[in-house]
Amino acid sequence: MGSFEVFEHTADAGVIAEGRTLPEVFVEAAKGMYSLMVSLPTVRPDLRREVDAEGNDLEHLLTNWLLELLMLTETEGLVFSEFHVSIADGKLHGVAGGESLDEARHDPQAVVKGVTRHLLSVEPADGGYRARVIFDL
Amino acid sequence: MTDWRKVLERVDEYRWELPVTYKAGMLVPARVYADEALLDVLLEEQALEQVANVAMLPGIVWRSLAMPDIHWGYGFPIGGVAAMRVADGVISPGGVGFDINCGTRILKTNLTYDEVAPRMVELVNQLFRDVPAGLGGKGPLTLDDAELDQVMLRGSSWMVEQGYGWPDDIEVTESRGALAGADPGAVSARARLRGHSQLGTLGAGNHFLEVQALDEVYDRQVADAFGLGEPGQVLIFFHCGSRGFGHQVCQDYLDVMETASTRYGISLPDKQLACAPINSDEGRSYIGAMNAAANYAWANRQYIAYWVRRSFAKVFDRSAEEMGMHMLYDVAHNIAKIEKHVFEGNEIEVCVHRKGATRAFPAGHPEVPERYRSVGQPVLIPGDMGRYSFLCVGLEQAMHETWGSTCHGAGRIRSRHEAKRVLKGVDVARRLAEAGIIVRAHNRSALAEEASEAYKDVANVVSVLDSAGIARRVARMRPLGVIKG
Repeated sequence: MGSFEVFEHTADAGVIAEGRTLPEVFVEAAKGMYSLMVSLPTVRPDLRREVDAEGNDLEHLLTNWLLELLMLTETEGLVFSEFHVSIADGKLHGVAGGESLDEARHDPQAVVKGVTRHLLSVEPADGGYRARVIFDL
Repeated sequence: MTDWRKVLERVDEYRWELPVTYKAGMLVPARVYADEALLDVLLEEQALEQVANVAMLPGIVWRSLAMPDIHWGYGFPIGGVAAMRVADGVISPGGVGFDINCGTRILKTNLTYDEVAPRMVELVNQLFRDVPAGLGGKGPLTLDDAELDQVMLRGSSWMVEQGYGWPDDIEVTESRGALAGADPGAVSARARLRGHSQLGTLGAGNHFLEVQALDEVYDRQVADAFGLGEPGQVLIFFHCGSRGFGHQVCQDYLDVMETASTRYGISLPDKQLACAPINSDEGRSYIGAMNAAANYAWANRQYIAYWVRRSFAKVFDRSAEEMGMHMLYDVAHNIAKIEKHVFEGNEIEVCVHRKGATRAFPAGHPEVPERYRSVGQPVLIPGDMGRYSFLCVGLEQAMHETWGSTCHGAGRIRSRHEAKRVLKGVDVARRLAEAGIIVRAHNRSALAEEASEAYKDVANVVSVLDSAGIARRVARMRPLGVIKG
C-alpha cells in the first residue's frame, strides 16, 4: 500500500506520495490532492469517471493526470476519494470514484487551483517510487 | 542557507541590493524594497534566491525587483517586477502567475457606516448569494463560444454593452478593461471549457469581497480627486482574477515554454521560469492567450461589480445610481505588459512582468484616466480581513526605479497550516464578529488561513513604499463585511 503526506510551501501546499509501483504513487498523489480540498473519508465513491492522460516524462504525466481530475472538479463539481490507475507505454488510464461536492458533509478545505512544476519530481525510492508535487491554492 | 545579511548591500533605509556577482549567470543586480523589520521577515525564506534567478533571464533591464510583500513563489517570487527588452528579451508565464490579471477593484457609495451597519448581516448574506465563491463556484452566466470570444477580445467593454455595468466603469479600469492583441485562437479548448460559466465568481484562497468603511485620509487633495468623502464612507473592495480560464492558459503555456526554452537554448535555474523570446512564435502566442485571459479577468470583475450593485439595490431598496456606486478604479497585479519607458535617457520598449505587483503610474502619465491625471493612478492595496486595506497613488519616482510598479498586498508570513495551528481553538468568524466584522465563507474551517496572523501588517509594507517615494498613501479602509471562498 502506498501513502501520502502533505507539506507546506508558504502560501501553498504540496504532497509527497509514495508507493511500490508508479500507479500506486499516482493514486496516492491524487488522494493527497483531494485531501487538501475536502475530508477524504466523507466522500462516497458513488460516481465513476474515466480519465486518460499522456506526458513527455513521468513528471509531466503526473501533472496531466492531476489536471484531468481538477478539470472534472471544476466543470462538474465532483470531488473524488478512490482512484485506480494503469500506466502502459507512457499513457495513463485512470478511474476516479467520488460524488458531487456537498459543503455540509465534505468539510471543504483549500481549493486547489493548479498543479505547479516547482520542485516537481517522480523518482525511484526505497524499492518503489516517490513523487513530490506542489499545488497552487 | 545563504546568510543574506552578508550578501545584501544597503543602498539606503528602504533599498537593498543583491550584487550581480552574487550568482553566476545574473545579468543585472537585484533590488529589494524593505525596512530593517520587513527585511528580517523576508530573509527567513528563500524568496531572494528566486529574485536572483529572475536576474538571469535574457533581456532583463536594470534590476530584478522585489517589493516588501515578497514571498516564495514558483520560479518567480510573488511580489516581483522584471522588465525585459522587447528586442531581445523573453516572456515567461511564470512571471505572470497562474491567475492571469488577478487584480482588485473598488466601488464607492454615498452611504455611511451608520446607515449600513444595522443592515450588515443582511447585506453580507445577499452578496454571498449573488457572488459565488469557493470550490467549483459556477457563475449565473453561461457563455457560448462566440460570446467567450467577445469576452477574450473586448473584456469589460463587452460586459458593459450587455448591460452589466456603466459606460463610466471603463474609464477607470486599467487599460480600459481590455488589452489589444488578445488572440482567442491561441487559447485551448480546455481553457474555454473552464471559462464558459465562471464569470461573476470570486474563487477561493486569498480572494475576497469586502464592504469597507473609509477609516483615515492621509492626503485630502488626492482623496478629493478620487471622489472620496469623509471617514465612514462605505466602499466595496474586491480581489479576484481570471479563474480556471486563466489558470488553464498558464498551465498550457508552461508546457509550450518548457519546449521553447530548450529550442532557443535558454538555460534555466528552475523549470517554472520557462520562457521564450518575446519575438518568437511561442512568445507571441502566449501574449495573445495571456491578453485574452487578462480581458476575461476584467470582464469577471465587471460582472461582479454588476452583482454588487444589484445586491446593494435589493437590500437598501434604492438604485445603485442613487447610492452613487461609481467605480474608483480597477488594477491588475499579475500581468505582463509591453510598455514604453525611459531608461538611461532613451525610450525603450520593455515587457514588464508584474507578478504580485501593482502598476503605479504617476500624475501626467497618458495611461492614467483623465479625471485622475493631475494626481496619479489609484493603487489598491488589500491587507487582511481583520485589519485594513490601503489606497495609494503612483509617484514619479516609480517610473525611474520600478517601471511604474509597487507592492500588491501584505504578503503571507505563516503557511496555511501554521496559521491554523496558531489559531487552534479560535473561532475566527466569531472573533471578527466581536470586532464588528461580519464574515461569510464557504469554508469556515479555512478562515484561520486567511486571518491577520497569517499576514504581514500591510501598513508596514505600504509605509516602506511611501517613504521610498514609489507610491504615496492616500487613505486607509477598514473591513465591515467579508465574503470569502
